[in-house]
Amino acid sequence: MTNDIQEPIIRLEGVNKFFGEFQALTNINLSINKGEKIVVCGPSGSGKSTMIRCINRLEEHDSGKIIVSGRELTGDDKDIDAVRSEVGMVFQSFALFPHMTVIKNLMLAQQLVRKTKKEQARAIAMKYLERVRIPEQAEKYPIQLSGGQQQRVAIARALCMNPEIMLFDEPTSALDPEMINEVLDVMTDLANEGMTMICVTHEMGFARSVADSVVFMDRGEIVETAKPEEFFENPKSERTKLFLSQII
Amino acid sequence: MTFDFMLIFDSIPRILTGIGMTFQLLFLSVFFALILAVILLLMRISGKWYLVIPNMIYVYIFRGTPILVQIFIIYHGFPQFDFIRHSFLWPIFRDPFGCAVVALALNDSAYVSEILRGGVLGVKKELLEAGAALGMKPYQRFIHITAPIGIRLSIPAYSNDFISMCKATALASTITLLDMMGAARAIVSETFAPYEIFISVAIIYLILTWVYQKSFGLLEKRMSRYVTQ
Repeated sequence: MTNDIQEPIIRLEGVNKFFGEFQALTNINLSINKGEKIVVCGPSGSGKSTMIRCINRLEEHDSGKIIVSGRELTGDDKDIDAVRSEVGMVFQSFALFPHMTVIKNLMLAQQLVRKTKKEQARAIAMKYLERVRIPEQAEKYPIQLSGGQQQRVAIARALCMNPEIMLFDEPTSALDPEMINEVLDVMTDLANEGMTMICVTHEMGFARSVADSVVFMDRGEIVETAKPEEFFENPKSERTKLFLSQII
Repeated sequence: MTFDFMLIFDSIPRILTGIGMTFQLLFLSVFFALILAVILLLMRISGKWYLVIPNMIYVYIFRGTPILVQIFIIYHGFPQFDFIRHSFLWPIFRDPFGCAVVALALNDSAYVSEILRGGVLGVKKELLEAGAALGMKPYQRFIHITAPIGIRLSIPAYSNDFISMCKATALASTITLLDMMGAARAIVSETFAPYEIFISVAIIYLILTWVYQKSFGLLEKRMSRYVTQ
């Protein structure tokens, strides 16, 4: 009865997305297996963020199919909350709740969505704060932390929900250069532990060392998907070559 | 013309006999206005046309007419309707105090709902997205993210509104209520010294306003402690 062919944990089939007249995504096909790490790159406005935001339905796709952990994303609210609690997301702007301490940021969704008891939620929160190496900041407010620390809190907050998949939407783009590595280190740890990850990022060093494959997008389309070494050494499309020449 | 300073000192204690009425008018109407304003706000942000349109009409009417006119319509106008005289609301509208509180609360709720809406609109979109991404339902996001942040953002404008209301209660003196303004008018009719008496009233209102300003300032500072270091 075992099925040898592994069902991908995320599958996008012919996904199109419009903002008014503007087509943000054109015929996106992508399938990601459990434990895979994907880096998505491309020029700004190429649809990278829109694509990953469709995966937890922060944007609604107009046509095509998106299947996450065996659930197809439709307009059904009940389903979307279930999917979202399995998919962690980290934003460029950190998006920590400014009116709550770090520990409360980490406990809130556990208590509301998972119905975890307060003491247990606190214990889980502390566990993940230790994983991102800032347990001593638990009682501070987000504003009192550096950007790098805030982003690590945001990662810990997503991990508290014990997600199967983590989406990163340019997690280091808003950081000062000296703080980028502390966030990438945490992400690398996570990758090594086998988390399924999709990262929109321009950190090519991270892509080289962590990604299983690199997806290059331009003008709403996936132009090229390749293993990192192939992608960087031997890009096939002219658009990819042009992009790489500009950023490296 | 002469200006009698002693009259100011003498009249202040008598004017203060109306301060209890002023406070009752203020705090009751502000309290009911706040409750109404939250309902109006929820209607407005519901996105449903059958709730949004009544809200907009309500706000337009109560912001678009003088509060004195609203007080007069309720106090002089409502008793002419039999169905009001025979309804359970009659004990409220029979009494000038009830009329004043109702008029002030209805008027203020229109302003406060718009103030709260401003606060709600000021909540950053990505915070709500973060809540959504964590699986929080819309009502949970409203209670735990939108409301606490929106309230903080509303306080400066709300403090302004509260001070306006403090002064608007003086209009209740036109429908026989003996608030501070009512007491002052009574003294004027005895002493024929409008200058001194009304200056005394102005001084008391200024002191009250100072207290409200300081209180809201402290509240604002306390609620902002986590957004500024």
